[in-house]
Amino acid sequence: MAVVDITDDTFEEKVLQSQIPVLVDFWAPWCGPCQMAGPVLEQLSEEYKDKVLIVKLNVDEQQKYASQFGVMSIPTAILFQNGKEVGRQVGFAGKQAFEDLIKKAL
Amino acid sequence: MFEKLEFAQKPKKGETWDVAIIGSGPSALTAAIYTTRGAASTIILGGENWGGQLKLTTVVDNFPGFHEGIQGPELMDRMRFQAERFGAEFVEKNVVRVDFKKKPFEIYTTDEAIRSNSVIIATGARNKWLGISGEQEFLGRGVATCAPCDAPFYKDKIVAVVGGGDSALTEALVLTKYASKVYVIHRRDQLRASFAMQEKVRKNARIEFLWNTEVVEIMGSSVVEKLKIKNNKTYEEGELLVNGIFIAIGHAPASEIFVGQVDIDERGYVIVHDNTKTSVEGVFAAGEIHDAYYKQAITSAGFGCMAAMDALLYLDKDIPTW
Repeated sequence: MAVVDITDDTFEEKVLQSQIPVLVDFWAPWCGPCQMAGPVLEQLSEEYKDKVLIVKLNVDEQQKYASQFGVMSIPTAILFQNGKEVGRQVGFAGKQAFEDLIKKAL
Repeated sequence: MFEKLEFAQKPKKGETWDVAIIGSGPSALTAAIYTTRGAASTIILGGENWGGQLKLTTVVDNFPGFHEGIQGPELMDRMRFQAERFGAEFVEKNVVRVDFKKKPFEIYTTDEAIRSNSVIIATGARNKWLGISGEQEFLGRGVATCAPCDAPFYKDKIVAVVGGGDSALTEALVLTKYASKVYVIHRRDQLRASFAMQEKVRKNARIEFLWNTEVVEIMGSSVVEKLKIKNNKTYEEGELLVNGIFIAIGHAPASEIFVGQVDIDERGYVIVHDNTKTSVEGVFAAGEIHDAYYKQAITSAGFGCMAAMDALLYLDKDIPTW
C-alpha cells in the first residue's frame, strides 16, 4: 500500500483515531534526506501493510500538527498508537531505524 | 538522456569485482567514473543515507562548471548518474565490516559479503558533536545540524550556530532567511571561513557574533529554550535565550570500520603514502577520510580520480589516455 498524503484536516481521523498504529513522515520537498527516506517508507508500507499505516505530512503546507508535536527537524517520523505518540525517529538513519521504531507498536 | 556505455562485464553474484568503492560522496563517485571508464568492474557501497555532506547543503558556488551555482543534492545525483552511466553498480547499503587480510578483499553489508580485488575507501567525514548536556536529548527539538533541512522551523525565531568555518557561516546565512536573529558562537576571536563567506556574513544585519565563547549546556523543557554559555577568556558565564542551536564545528573521519585493517592516525584519519595508498597494498583512500586540510568537494573529487588511477594501475589495467 502506497504512502498516502495527509493534511492537518485529516490528521485527527487518519492518525489519532486509527485502529492500527500509524507512522507519520513529516517531510518537505526541499529536504535532501527526506527524498532518501521516501522510497524506504514506500517499501515498509508494503512490508507492514495491514499492521502499520504509513502516511506523510508536508510541513511546508501543513504546520499545525508538526508544531503541536514539536517537529523542528525533518525528516522526523513519529509513531502513533491509540492516538498517542509512542516513539520518533529524527533524521534519516536507514531502513532498520524505521523498522526498530515500527516494532515499538507491534 | 545520455548514451549508456559499459566497458566491463559485471561479475555474477558471489564473484569478484575489480574495484569496490566504499562511500558515495564526491571522491567515491569520481573514483567510480574513472574506474568504470578504465574497464574495471566497479561496485559502489554507497550506504543507505548516500551522497555525503553535499546532500545536506543548499547551493554550491565553488564547483567548477556551474557558474550560477548548483544545489548540493542535485550535484550528487548527477555524479551518481554519471558513474552509473558507465556501468558502476550502486548499492544503497551500509558496510558493517571489512576484511583486508583476505584476498580477494571482503566487504560485508548487513546481508551480504562482497569480494573485490581492490578497494577505495571514500567514507568521508561526519558531523562532530559538542558532547554537552542537552545536545542529544534535544536532537530534533531545537538541536540540529542541517540548516537547509530545518531552517523553516525557525521562522521569526532566535537561533544560534556554533562554529567558525565556512560550513558554520553557510548555516548562519541559510537561517537568516527565516530566523529573526542568528548568533554565531565561536570559541576563537577570528573565523576560519573564506574571505568571500566572511564578507557575505558581515553584511547581514541579523547575524551577531559571540567571540571566545563556548556553549556549556543546552536547556529547555520539551524543546530548546536557552543555552548556558561561557567566555573562555574572561570565564564569565551567562545564558542566551534561543529556540534552536545548529552544531557546525566540523567533521570527523568515518573510519571506525577500518580500525585494525589499515593504519589510522590518532585523530581517526586513514594514513596514506604515495598520495592514495594505505598500509594494505590494493586498498586506496580518497577524500576526507584522509584529507584533514583541503576538505572541498572539488579536492575530494580530485582525490577520487587519483585513487581510481592508482587502483587501475594496481589491477594492471591499461590506463586510457583521457
